[in-house]
Amino acid sequence: MGTIVETILKKYGNDSTRLMDILIDVQNEKSCISDITVKEIANGLNISMADVEQTLSFYHFFSKTPTGKYTVYLNDSVVAFMMGREKIAKAFEEAVECKFGEVSPDGLIGLFNTSCIGMNDQEPAAIINNRVFTKLTPFRVKELVKDMKAGKNINEMFSASTGDGNNSHELVHSVVNNNIRKEGPVLKDDIAQGEIIEKISKMDPEDVINEIKDSNIRGRGGAGFPTGLKWEFCRRAAGDQKYIFCNADEGEPGTFKDRVMLTERAELLFEGMALAGYAVGATQGILYLRYEYKYLQEYLEDVIKRAEEAGLLGRNIAGNKKFEFNIRIQFGAGAYVCGEESALIESAEGKRGEPRDRPPFPVEKGYLEYPTVVNNVETLCSAVKIMKYGSEWYRGLGTLESRGTKVLSISGDCFHPGVYEIEWGFTINDILDMVGGFDVQAVQVGGPSGTLIAPNEFDRILGYEDLATGGSLIIFNQNRKLLKDVVLNFTDFFIEESCGSCSTCRIMPVVMRDKLVKIMDGIGVAKDIDDLFEWGEILKASRCGLGQTACNPIVSSINNFRDLYTSQIKTAKDYETGFDLNLAVQEACEATNRVPNI
Amino acid sequence: MSKAVVATTSLAGCFGCHMSILDIDERILDLIEVVEFNKSPIDDIKKFTKKCDVGIIEGGCCNSENVHVLKDFRENCKILIALGECAIMGGLPAMRNGIPIKECLEEAYIGGPTVQGNDQKIVPNDPELPILLDKVYPCHEVIKIDYYLPGCPPRADLIWEALVALIKGEEMDLPYEVVKFD
Repeated sequence: MGTIVETILKKYGNDSTRLMDILIDVQNEKSCISDITVKEIANGLNISMADVEQTLSFYHFFSKTPTGKYTVYLNDSVVAFMMGREKIAKAFEEAVECKFGEVSPDGLIGLFNTSCIGMNDQEPAAIINNRVFTKLTPFRVKELVKDMKAGKNINEMFSASTGDGNNSHELVHSVVNNNIRKEGPVLKDDIAQGEIIEKISKMDPEDVINEIKDSNIRGRGGAGFPTGLKWEFCRRAAGDQKYIFCNADEGEPGTFKDRVMLTERAELLFEGMALAGYAVGATQGILYLRYEYKYLQEYLEDVIKRAEEAGLLGRNIAGNKKFEFNIRIQFGAGAYVCGEESALIESAEGKRGEPRDRPPFPVEKGYLEYPTVVNNVETLCSAVKIMKYGSEWYRGLGTLESRGTKVLSISGDCFHPGVYEIEWGFTINDILDMVGGFDVQAVQVGGPSGTLIAPNEFDRILGYEDLATGGSLIIFNQNRKLLKDVVLNFTDFFIEESCGSCSTCRIMPVVMRDKLVKIMDGIGVAKDIDDLFEWGEILKASRCGLGQTACNPIVSSINNFRDLYTSQIKTAKDYETGFDLNLAVQEACEATNRVPNI
Repeated sequence: MSKAVVATTSLAGCFGCHMSILDIDERILDLIEVVEFNKSPIDDIKKFTKKCDVGIIEGGCCNSENVHVLKDFRENCKILIALGECAIMGGLPAMRNGIPIKECLEEAYIGGPTVQGNDQKIVPNDPELPILLDKVYPCHEVIKIDYYLPGCPPRADLIWEALVALIKGEEMDLPYEVVKFD
């Protein structure tokens, strides 16, 4: 018998490209990854300690110091605050008797903040030891902390009822709710398991790609690259192995539709991955799943196992000797940037999730340098439906530029937050009517990297030709302070989630946040607004979408809500730094026992 | 034509930028044909004796005195130039930003490897001494700066050309090599 670390290393064949899995297991076993452990892992994998350290330090859910027997991660996204997060945080701090960012003195409970955990329709929500707890109340917090202090098993801490649909499945057993409000053609459960796999196994892979190309479907993650083209590039790329990645790292605050599809349509998704594999000639599939959805692991692994047993995954699929496809799940560990496809691949290789320079694109050189397709959950599910009903059917949905449907995650100030599948082309007004939005001041389309829309633009349509979105819509009513509650929170999110690789993205959002705060503090001048607007352009030099859009909360709110800024400008001066000498000398006076004599 | 009046100062800098001003070599003779220096270490005038056209600032602000001098320059000069890395971004002195002042002082006066003879563990706190700021500030975070001349130090030619352009009221030629340092 070796140590815990040795056992874990052995489980992954001492393969350094599986460093993420290794670190996740070690973190879960030991509640921290100490220097001694880092050394042990480095030796076991025959890599340097710095190699281990750089991956370890990159991800939010890894820690070098113990995070407590019970580790609480409370979501700090915009909607969490709107739904009363502050009270919940206070209740936790009082009950546990330590602050957020700390562990209780007895080492029992650790309290931490975390970026959006994909539960915007049921906030405030927290992750405790990989289980999700939604719709928290101060009373419920007291109960939870009491249970933790009594040493209860995390699974015994659930209330009597579990969520709807598969959330009540014995392998999920979660209080999370799906809140599917409107099912469209993609979400609809109308395909017998294996039906499409059977059908395509008799087709030429080129014909499969042509069918997808004819449908004009574009990637559903947000960037909107034509899916059929991506598959074709990968099929044509040279490589004796190819990979299909499903990007289930939905980290854009406000998005949660992939979580629902993973819970309810996992079979469909895995068939979509196999379908993509058949089309491009890949035998390996990897579902890159964000760590926040770890509670779905057992269930999803069981779905994969059942598909293997049914002959829908593995070798000789549907009796076709050339059809082989296997799927494994790769977890992230808390990093928004890993939703960017090349960062996701880096992460899956056990490295820091830093986006790669392109070209080469992943379809040429992706995972382990092999041609790789990275598709969103919804894209792969849609592909199966296209193969069932045909490209012509799909082209009949949506608009000229944006074919098909979009699954939306809608949250914020409305009566019916949840998941809606609609055809592209609906206006914001249509959607507000549908979800029961009231007294609406603004709508954030597409998460923090998207656009903040004012009522005079509510007749704009959702689609690649107008308001492109990965699926997140957040509604704000008249009581919300857009600058403080929304724009500042989103900007902080980008600062927190920058991988730090490009200096533009590492620095500019911080400088812009400071300027925003200066304006909010009432000491801004008119030029500050112009500066913010102009400086946003500098961020376009960043390597990936995160950096390029990190200024969007500020720039789009200046565009559409300029009054919010100009009304804060209280001076006619043309330049004001806001420098306060009294404040600046305070620390030194305290350190040297001096009285300021400035 | 009356001569343009120039003032210069070195705040939290190393005087390297001033050395670079002197590096214009014999052109300084041409320069004094068209400018006169006022408050500056170059002629050792300690206080402004008149309003100036151009103020050249080396170094950022690390203490209260730097702030007063800088504000004094803003009041007395029509145009202010931040000269060099420290004035523009804080430079090397700003490496202390992020370290609490107490730790910096203890390292410098009590626990550091070069400290000798401070048996009473005194950290200087005479009221006459300027008070350190919580961090080193680039000049534009304290007052408005009109122009920035980058470099560590900026090359003598760059300083020369900038002054000539300012005095003649012409566009300055700034080829890429002059402002690219990596």
